[in-house]
Amino acid sequence: MSEVLEKPEVQKIYIDARGPRFSASITAVVLATALVTHNVWVLVAQGLVFLIGATRGPQFTPYGLIFKNVVKPRLKKVAPTEDVRPPKFAQSVGFAFALVGVLGAFADRGLVFTVATSFALAAAFLNAAFNYCLGCEMYLLLVRFKNK
Amino acid sequence: MKTYLPLLIVLVLTSAYGIWWKRAQGAIRSNKAIPGHRLSAEVLGEPLGSRATMVQFSSAFCTPCRATHALLSQMVIPMDDVKHVQIDAESHLELVRQLDIRSTPTTIFINKDGIEVGRAAGTPKRDQVLAALANIK
Repeated sequence: MSEVLEKPEVQKIYIDARGPRFSASITAVVLATALVTHNVWVLVAQGLVFLIGATRGPQFTPYGLIFKNVVKPRLKKVAPTEDVRPPKFAQSVGFAFALVGVLGAFADRGLVFTVATSFALAAAFLNAAFNYCLGCEMYLLLVRFKNK
Repeated sequence: MKTYLPLLIVLVLTSAYGIWWKRAQGAIRSNKAIPGHRLSAEVLGEPLGSRATMVQFSSAFCTPCRATHALLSQMVIPMDDVKHVQIDAESHLELVRQLDIRSTPTTIFINKDGIEVGRAAGTPKRDQVLAALANIK
């Protein structure tokens, strides 16, 4: 009954599950900075990070590379792995919010910037602090809504 | 110009939501069943367990789905009257709507007649699953 889940052509890549959570912590700090300073360029930079995470995968973002090269060698426990698709999905949601925020700022709509950045920050913070799974909560609702 | 107000609002609201979400994860509730709805062997594509079946709805963008699948499929091995069935939520949207499933993993506990007796969003704890199954006659 789980045809799509087990499809062989859906190539499964497993990454260290601690990586995306580490990246989410940095993301939350960067987005908080953007929100407090109201600086659009901070959001642009984070948006580019999201874009790499959404297209190539979260393990290739600058934060992912810091995790791999600096943090991971210092961790002693055996790495729990996770499918790369859930964090990749979360990165695309982050990119969508960042895009809206940046466009809002350039169109001189400060409120759009603030609200969009707040949502992206909320998602990153939930992930970092509570190991929140954005794909679990949002994906099915999106599909249900799209195929109404 | 610096303003801390939006940051403060976001942190307070998401912390409150996060704490609530964490607590609700995996809890098996009996009050979410859709009245009159029955899951049949035809819908599931395989026969029901002779006493109970755990129907797990999963999706591709879901890390805890894997852990839930591992836990439940492992637990039913020594039980000959309980089955575990995994369903891809995305390719069964009709059923997902009928049962009002909003997130994955959601596991529906049904009795031998296919009637829901409880459901858990998120990965349930082993003891909770055992207790829920013990209540199904």
